[in-house]
Amino acid sequence: MTVKTSFMLRHVEFQNRVFVASGTFGYGDEINDLVDPNKLGGIVTKSLSWKPRDGNPPRRIAETPSGMLNSIGLANIGVHTFIEKKLPFLRTLKTRIIVNIAASSVQEYCDVLALLERHDGIHGYEINVSCPNVKEGGLSFGTNVDRTREITERLRPLTEKPLIIKLTPNVTHMSEFARAVKDAGADAVSCINTLVGMAVDVRTRTPRLSTVTGGLSGPAIKPIALAKVFEVAKSVDIPIFGIGGITTADDAIEFLLVGACAVQVGTTNFVDPGASVRIAEGIAGYASSNGIDDVGKLVGSLKADVKASVLQTWL
Amino acid sequence: MKRFQTMSVVISLEEIAEGIYVLTLECPEIAKLTEPGQFVNVRMHDAHSEPLLRRPFSVSFVEGDRLELLFNVIGTGTRFLSTRRPGDAVDLLGPLGVPFHIDDTFETALLLAGGVGVAPFPMLRAALERAGKKVITLLGARSGVQIADRRLNNAYVATDDGSRGFHGSVVDLFHATVARNAILRPKIFACGPNRMLSVVAAAARTIGMDCELSLEGEMACGIGICQGCPVERSREGRKYALVCTDGPTFNSRDVVI
Repeated sequence: MTVKTSFMLRHVEFQNRVFVASGTFGYGDEINDLVDPNKLGGIVTKSLSWKPRDGNPPRRIAETPSGMLNSIGLANIGVHTFIEKKLPFLRTLKTRIIVNIAASSVQEYCDVLALLERHDGIHGYEINVSCPNVKEGGLSFGTNVDRTREITERLRPLTEKPLIIKLTPNVTHMSEFARAVKDAGADAVSCINTLVGMAVDVRTRTPRLSTVTGGLSGPAIKPIALAKVFEVAKSVDIPIFGIGGITTADDAIEFLLVGACAVQVGTTNFVDPGASVRIAEGIAGYASSNGIDDVGKLVGSLKADVKASVLQTWL
Repeated sequence: MKRFQTMSVVISLEEIAEGIYVLTLECPEIAKLTEPGQFVNVRMHDAHSEPLLRRPFSVSFVEGDRLELLFNVIGTGTRFLSTRRPGDAVDLLGPLGVPFHIDDTFETALLLAGGVGVAPFPMLRAALERAGKKVITLLGARSGVQIADRRLNNAYVATDDGSRGFHGSVVDLFHATVARNAILRPKIFACGPNRMLSVVAAAARTIGMDCELSLEGEMACGIGICQGCPVERSREGRKYALVCTDGPTFNSRDVVI
């Protein structure tokens, strides 16, 4: 049977519900020989700031059980180079381009977005208020609900395109933040950014990352991410991009069932560049073999009694 | 540069020195394209996600459709490799990285290997000899049983415990070799632990020899996406280069290690 895979966010149609997460696909042109980006719902670019950022000193990554700790520190080429060198390629793609913006001040978020608004080929923005690896901006914004709301309020009037706020799980109740950004005009939230984590080298008695702590991603965080998406979906009526350890179509479907309207595949892109396209095909195959004509009908269709969950106490 | 993610087939696994293995894989696409100094990023799991990330290995040698990887067993990833059997499939991404530069005007190549840093040298030496260069190969290890000199005939050997060859480090052996012989228009190629490479780079600068290093770096993707493997640059401009795409080969003057 023909399965509808597309969905709308604001005025933008996306051909399917599988995206590649920020920082795991570069700006698209470094990996397109290994995977066909045109088969994705969208590409979320590596974070962009106003000026280029060098990033953190080595070591920047450490592997942990079924997970990856990173402390890249938002190394990026800056918005001007992006517009000049990367956007022309991205415009040639059929898929949708979501530009991720990271900044160390509210004004910088606004400046980057306003500059990008003057150029074609961008279909939406994801705002990174939750990088755990930079001292200015990053988590200090994303763990403060008033700052998170303020950033959203300031950005909303600057664009008619979808505005997605990427939230951190390093707070007590993500739903509180989701509600705040919804009230401030955001179109969607991305859940979850990485969890603050740590690994130690017992031989040298030193941290395995130069910044001591980093952000944990990969299959290890999937159960946490699912519970966070479930929490947000049950308490706030806002579209959710589910992120966290997705490696297979079944993983992605789990996120859809608990309430994500779409998913982002992240760390897996480093291991298996073709995984995201296979996941998109796998979701359509699952729908078809279950007699479901629209993948959207899966969203939030989990058969669950929320009252049975401890989450119910704060929903 | 063209590269592939593809399934290779294990031909053989051989222990060539104590704890050091050569895995021979049939992989025509990658074997045909690989140049000395390039690497493959090897997936370390099948169905499960443990260990999660690929591991980078220098291609040690290429013969027809086959390529060889040289490694020692130090963790779960290399243990996975050391348990592959003929006929098993191994997922490779490659060839990756910038090859050694062997077309410069030097006449004599000095190859300096520390431990499993010997990995890229069999292929490099064959290419150098084809290009008509004279090659002097210096291998260092803790002990003689760990000298991996397969495909590196007539290599000079240094061991920390003095059990084989020169008693001392490979860098000490290098100094002794340079002092004893008049070496015509030399260029150093070095691979090994960062501690050794920083000593080699300093020595090369002092005596004014051109020197190329093959660096290691913890990396996830191997293709410049994850930004996980920075090395500090010594020149103006951006602060860091990436081991995976700007290297793994670097002129020793261009990096701070």
